[in-house]
Amino acid sequence: MQTQWSNETLREIFPAIWDGFLVVLQVTLVAGVIAIVLGLFVAIGERNGPVWLRRPLGALFQFVRNTPLLVQVLIVWTATSLYINPEWSAFAVGSAVLGVHYASYTSESYRAGIDAIPKGQWEAATALNLPARRVWGAVVLPQMARRSAAAVGNWIIAMFKEVPTLFVIGVMEMIAEARAFQGQHYTGAVEGYTLAGLLFLAASYPVAVAMRRLEIRLAKSNY
Amino acid sequence: MQSPITDPSGAEPLIEFDRVDKSFGDLKVLDKLNFRVDPGERVTLIGPSGSGKTTILRLLMTLEKVTPTADPETEGGVIYVEGKPYSHMEKGGKLVPASERWLRQRRSRVGMVFQQFNLFPNMKVLRNVTEAQVHVAGRSKAEAEAKAGELLELVGLSEKADEYPARLSGGQQQRVAIARALAMDPDILLLDEVTSALDPELVADVLAVLRDVAETTSITMLCVTHEMGFARDVSNRVLMFDNGQIVEQGAPEAIFSEPQEARTQDFLRAVLAE
Amino acid sequence: MDFQAVIESLPRYGEPLLVTIGVTVASAALALVLAFTLGLMTGSRRLAVRTPARVFVEFFRGSSVVVQLFWFAFAMPVVLGIQFDYLIVAGIIALGFNYGAYSSEVVRGAIAAVPKGQLEAATALNLTPSQKMRLVVLPQAWPEMIPSLCAFAIMLLKASALVSVIGILDITWLAGLLGKQPGQDRLLHYGVVLVIYFILAWLIWTGMRALERKAKRGLGIDAKPAKGRLAPAVAEGGAL
Repeated sequence: MQTQWSNETLREIFPAIWDGFLVVLQVTLVAGVIAIVLGLFVAIGERNGPVWLRRPLGALFQFVRNTPLLVQVLIVWTATSLYINPEWSAFAVGSAVLGVHYASYTSESYRAGIDAIPKGQWEAATALNLPARRVWGAVVLPQMARRSAAAVGNWIIAMFKEVPTLFVIGVMEMIAEARAFQGQHYTGAVEGYTLAGLLFLAASYPVAVAMRRLEIRLAKSNY
Repeated sequence: MQSPITDPSGAEPLIEFDRVDKSFGDLKVLDKLNFRVDPGERVTLIGPSGSGKTTILRLLMTLEKVTPTADPETEGGVIYVEGKPYSHMEKGGKLVPASERWLRQRRSRVGMVFQQFNLFPNMKVLRNVTEAQVHVAGRSKAEAEAKAGELLELVGLSEKADEYPARLSGGQQQRVAIARALAMDPDILLLDEVTSALDPELVADVLAVLRDVAETTSITMLCVTHEMGFARDVSNRVLMFDNGQIVEQGAPEAIFSEPQEARTQDFLRAVLAE
Repeated sequence: MDFQAVIESLPRYGEPLLVTIGVTVASAALALVLAFTLGLMTGSRRLAVRTPARVFVEFFRGSSVVVQLFWFAFAMPVVLGIQFDYLIVAGIIALGFNYGAYSSEVVRGAIAAVPKGQLEAATALNLTPSQKMRLVVLPQAWPEMIPSLCAFAIMLLKASALVSVIGILDITWLAGLLGKQPGQDRLLHYGVVLVIYFILAWLIWTGMRALERKAKRGLGIDAKPAKGRLAPAVAEGGAL
């Protein structure tokens, strides 16, 4: 066990942690796309999908939302690596699980955004006889997007900060890099974890502030 | 299947309610309601709130469905438009509640203006008026915009075409909503308390537009309103509702000057005292 | 799949389950205390009170709970010279600090949402500032906080699974351990653990609903029946 902070070690471990940080960004990108797109389909499916689909879909995502990401990652990774296809990379499987997990949250934000649209909007669309595709595409989704944008953005930031969970299946993010470095050099965990925490802080704080600004701006906009 | 009531004059009614029931849970808002509207008629529905007037418009716009009857052929409970079933459709020689597809086809001749305007806030004024023209009526963008331009001029808002609805006053928004409904060339225009949500000083402009529409077109209009002056000027017939039933009906002069029923007298006294 | 082996090993989940519950309850208690302390401080008009609380909140919200967990467990003893006798304390502090920082925004928001007229009326009655807070503001703000605090409590429960990765013997850790033994099915063990977490989340949600009803009755408001959605997404704005 390491007993002292060392600036030397900090310099040596920096490249590894930086690599880990880039992996975190890549995972965020892939999982973020999944969360944003899948969440929307889930929200629409739960509301306007075929009747037989609504309840099971709602129940499934309620389960996903209320159980730990860590265990979900472990169970899916076990299933893919032992039973489905051992070739699938931890990066791919981890990103997919993370994306689905956060889709369970974004779908709630989308749902809230759709529910907040006044009933009169749907009625006006009916009165004009607009086809379903236009009702969603031209009336509902644009209004929902404004209402949900900030909330969904906040979920993506939260997701970004949960990427390190994926170290348990061997995704080489910052924790895994720090542990690997520690394994090789018998030192570096202290500096590595500290650096990882600070990198998260440096990356997510400005985005969170921008998100708060966006929230205020959207609240003041024309619709 | 023809509507069961034949007109002695031979003219076919445009709209016909045949013993229509409508309940919300335990609350019965329409009780075996019969009434008919001839083409080009301007009908005003008056009565205390909760008497079922707005429900009639919402049924015609298919925003609500009639409460089904066991055997529509004998018990009624059906709305007909242009002599053909509207709330129902024919299937195997029987009347069954209309499918969404059937409703899409049938409601295209009906337009509605709402109490709360319900303009699409994410679309500029012009696109509010062209959206359905392009995507429902299948007109070209240029055609739709030309038509929207005419209608915006009619309602006096040509210069607002490029604004978002949120930047318009309530009265202006309501005039856009009228243009939006007229753009689809409806045969039937439903006006649901279109001035109730407006500040008093904005009411006159909206009513002026509607008077103009009434004078220059032959659109059949059904109007729920508390504006008795407007009702008197524009309508051919006034129906007084209470408890889901027609209490009294007749020409506006007759209803407003010499109401026969006590309930009508009470109602008019209360409204005019406001 | 071998259900028999899994069923036979179920009793072994007893003690780790107590660890999972213990970590969750202890860090939730810490988070709640922090939430009110920091929530009142960040809502203060005095800069000297507001600033340190703001820094603490942004620091812990801004970083990753996973990294914080590792940092408290393995880096803090070196960097700050603070060493816990039991690793579990590091876990509880990491979770409690992180979720306390998040929840403080819920407290601050709910307090700020109490109508200004209430404060003016309290001033008109010549109440002291602490009386205003205790007798007027908090009783009205508290019911509004409960749904969001509930959402955070469930997120905290889920995050508690992370303590297994720093070597604390909770149910997630046990599932991984048993799953590796011969004759055991790892998928089934993880499945069992997921169901346990879901039941715990449901218990939190049910408890919070009852609490909310009670709090609203205290204000003479009839709480609407639950919409049947377990753990709503965290109230907008209070989130993250």
